[in-house]
Amino acid sequence: MSKATEPWQTAEIAGPKKALVIPKPSVVSAMIKRAENPVLIAGHLASEVELVNGKPMDYVIRIAKTAGIPVVATAHTPREFLKRGFRVDTWMPAVDIANRLTDADWQGVNGKGHHDLALFVGLPYYMGWLILSGLKHFSSGLKTISLDMHYQPHASWSFPNLSIQDWESNLEIIVKDLGGE
Amino acid sequence: MSVKIKELKSDLAILKDFELSIGKLVEEVWAEEPGPTPFPSVTDLREWDLKVLQRYRPFYMPWCDVCCLCTFGKCDLSQDKRGACGLNMAAQQSRIVLLACCIGAATHLAHARHLVEYLVEKYGADYPIDIGNVEVEAPVTRLVCGIRPRDLGDLEEVLDYLEGQVTHLLSATHTGQEGSNIDFESKVLHAGMIDQVGMEVADMAQISAYGFPKADPDAPLAEIGFGVVDPAKPVILVIGHNVPPAIGIVDYLTDKGLYGQVEVTGLCCTAHDITRYSPKAKIVGPMSWQLRFIRSGVPDVVVVDEQCIRADSLVEAQKIKAPLIASSDKNCLGLSDRTSDDPDRIIEDLVNGNVPGALILDPVKVGEVAARTAIAVAPKRLKFKALPDVSEVTEGAKRCRKCDECRRACPNDLPIPEALAEAVGGDLGKLAALYDECIGCARCESACPLDFPLHSFIVKAAEKKMKEEKYKVRVGRGAIQDVEIREVGGPIVLGEIPGVVAFVGCSNYPKGGEEVAEIAMEFAKRRFIVLTSGCAAMSAAMYKDEEGKSPYEIHPGGFDAGSIVNVGSCVSNSHIAGAAIKIASIFAKRRLRGNYEEIADYVLNRVGAVGVAWGAMSQKAASIASGCWRLGIPVIVGPHGSKYRRMLLGRKDREDDWFVYDARTGDRVYVGPAPEHLFYAAETKEEAMVMIAKLSMRPNDTTKGRSIKLTHYIDLSKRLLGVMPDDVHLFVRTKADIPITMKDEVTQILEEKGWKENRIPDPTLLPRMIRRRRG
Repeated sequence: MSKATEPWQTAEIAGPKKALVIPKPSVVSAMIKRAENPVLIAGHLASEVELVNGKPMDYVIRIAKTAGIPVVATAHTPREFLKRGFRVDTWMPAVDIANRLTDADWQGVNGKGHHDLALFVGLPYYMGWLILSGLKHFSSGLKTISLDMHYQPHASWSFPNLSIQDWESNLEIIVKDLGGE
Repeated sequence: MSVKIKELKSDLAILKDFELSIGKLVEEVWAEEPGPTPFPSVTDLREWDLKVLQRYRPFYMPWCDVCCLCTFGKCDLSQDKRGACGLNMAAQQSRIVLLACCIGAATHLAHARHLVEYLVEKYGADYPIDIGNVEVEAPVTRLVCGIRPRDLGDLEEVLDYLEGQVTHLLSATHTGQEGSNIDFESKVLHAGMIDQVGMEVADMAQISAYGFPKADPDAPLAEIGFGVVDPAKPVILVIGHNVPPAIGIVDYLTDKGLYGQVEVTGLCCTAHDITRYSPKAKIVGPMSWQLRFIRSGVPDVVVVDEQCIRADSLVEAQKIKAPLIASSDKNCLGLSDRTSDDPDRIIEDLVNGNVPGALILDPVKVGEVAARTAIAVAPKRLKFKALPDVSEVTEGAKRCRKCDECRRACPNDLPIPEALAEAVGGDLGKLAALYDECIGCARCESACPLDFPLHSFIVKAAEKKMKEEKYKVRVGRGAIQDVEIREVGGPIVLGEIPGVVAFVGCSNYPKGGEEVAEIAMEFAKRRFIVLTSGCAAMSAAMYKDEEGKSPYEIHPGGFDAGSIVNVGSCVSNSHIAGAAIKIASIFAKRRLRGNYEEIADYVLNRVGAVGVAWGAMSQKAASIASGCWRLGIPVIVGPHGSKYRRMLLGRKDREDDWFVYDARTGDRVYVGPAPEHLFYAAETKEEAMVMIAKLSMRPNDTTKGRSIKLTHYIDLSKRLLGVMPDDVHLFVRTKADIPITMKDEVTQILEEKGWKENRIPDPTLLPRMIRRRRG
């Protein structure tokens, strides 16, 4: 296993089914474009981590606006989005939105039916780990993508372990690929 | 009853040392009619469990894809596969939860058994149970077992039942036993209920026999914090959860007139309990203070009993040349059993360093050996410490390879490499800043390829801050008095006291213990009744306001709105459940005796209690939480609590899940998602605070009560999350529920949502509680 695809936290071993590594950011934008009803879930670290040109939540806003994806903010993150003039679609605890995503009958954040793609960013690594595992095992018809800077093996797709600079660069490319400014 | 015959000679035989015991004859003159489920079996309350689990369904979050519990495995359970035994992933996860709860319950029960046997031997089986000014002195035991224990001997009978139940539950986790995840979950709830009784037994026994504060709202204040310990004196550190050895130390020192000359300090629940015995004893801090305090070199002797003790405590004690005394059969640490040895010989060996420690299974002897050893060894040790000098930190920092292994090993992802980089130039500020959020696990050290003592680096950097830790904690008061319940039972059930929030559990905090104090203070200010226990009770104390006062100095200790009430150690958690049960009994006159289902139904629908285990770490915390779930009390854990790998979540969008019967008419009435979840992990303290307010709502709230609760929920949501909750309409039943100060805003939401007025039922989930059926 290369260092880039080791779980970030030591001793966390996922099992036989591990996330495919996102080889280039355009894979993410392609999956978003192909998805019928994607959803973006932003945890509190999206508003805390400092990138060169802002915070991860700035990219969440740009992706959401560009691709028209509903955003679920967890923890106290809605407040931080509002400071940027962005109103999220809903607030929900992280385990609550994850639980709903396992329900094939749930009509989704936007009432348009079951989400077929969920993108996660900004949850504490171990919480993201567990939630993505729950979705891997108990959701049907859902693909998950971790947009965080560390490899999350329980996602369907994940970035490898990245430097902050490479991570930000990837997020920027996704926005541009989707047609954003 | 027992008959002893020393020697009997007859024509038939000669009997020597003959002893005949006949099972205890319980003289039961209790007027209360027995309920339907005294001493319930594993399945007796299954129907109730299934009702609860139908509303609060498990959401599983497996750590990994496999099961490795038997030689069939490892088995890959991913994507609906079944293991070689036939089990699927959901059942496997619930099985692991049950295992955790059995471990937790067994730990409390073994503690209780050990304690009761010791106290029976010391004081006699007929020693009366007296836990203070309470008529309903054992609410959990009465509720579950249907008996009213009068003396220590009665507790042994209760323990017989509890131990049997844990054995049955544990056996269900064996390969080829239970196959349904929901039935595993029912057993989890049973384990939690059994655990609650075990904790109550343990605390009743020690309160009665040792004269701990007896339901005393004015229990004295004790000192807490690293800085309260006088290092100039010989210092004994006790760690764990079983207090007799620590009491042996205090008694010996007191008898010899030495108590003021030797510091008796504690970590974890033994620390709580020793201050309940002697408020002159000092609490260093919660369990995460173990390494930092030992490595500081201040303790001259370390005494460990049982539970939550670091497995490397002997190794750490040796680093500072402090002898260690193990005092429990649960934790012998490979030491020679010196229980039968002459204390003089043991002390000589310890003081001269002939042995690193000793196993002594006699609490009184532990007292003498620990005290005399501390006095003798202190001048020799000269507080030899295992903390580096600043120069060692900076030199280490220079050699750091920046491999990130320390950060990757840290449960809180602390930026240790960045802090070390700053230390290269001699600035230890960033290292010191990690101290508050460090949980003291030292995984960073194990991970470091250069074997740097990184935890010690952090502690060294924060040495000044550590020495300034000086706070006050109210000594654990034990039970809640009946008269207190009478005073507040009505306002709680009607919702006018907005809730009872209990901070319990361990210190595996995401951002330090101060968050516990902040949340507790916020809710006390909002006129909730705030309860604390265990490590959380300590963390709640380790905070000062602008006047330098700790929360327990600011808020009174009575069971009333605006109070912060420390009930005591982990086993004192039973008094929190007990208070909820007593509200049903004393305020509502519901029968307790063997009547679990009805009381749980009452608590779930009427008592706005919420448990918060912000740093939950252990299996005991899991079983404590599960005892709350079965009783209808929701529990919030911190983000690390997600590692329990199973939540019990309601779905507020599923209207059908939130109907109850109106006991007056038998009608099914929608009551909204109150409480919304039964077990859930919050990501941040802000989220937890909003959810505490939200989960305090109950179907039985009066309009005034619901209005008050909604005010807190909306206010906290707006302040901390920045948003108006999008589910307010689900909690407004009539227009009178709407908070007056928010009338326009809420009314507008109700109109947008197409809200319709509903009625407030006499809520129950139990058809048998319906008094009159329509038609």
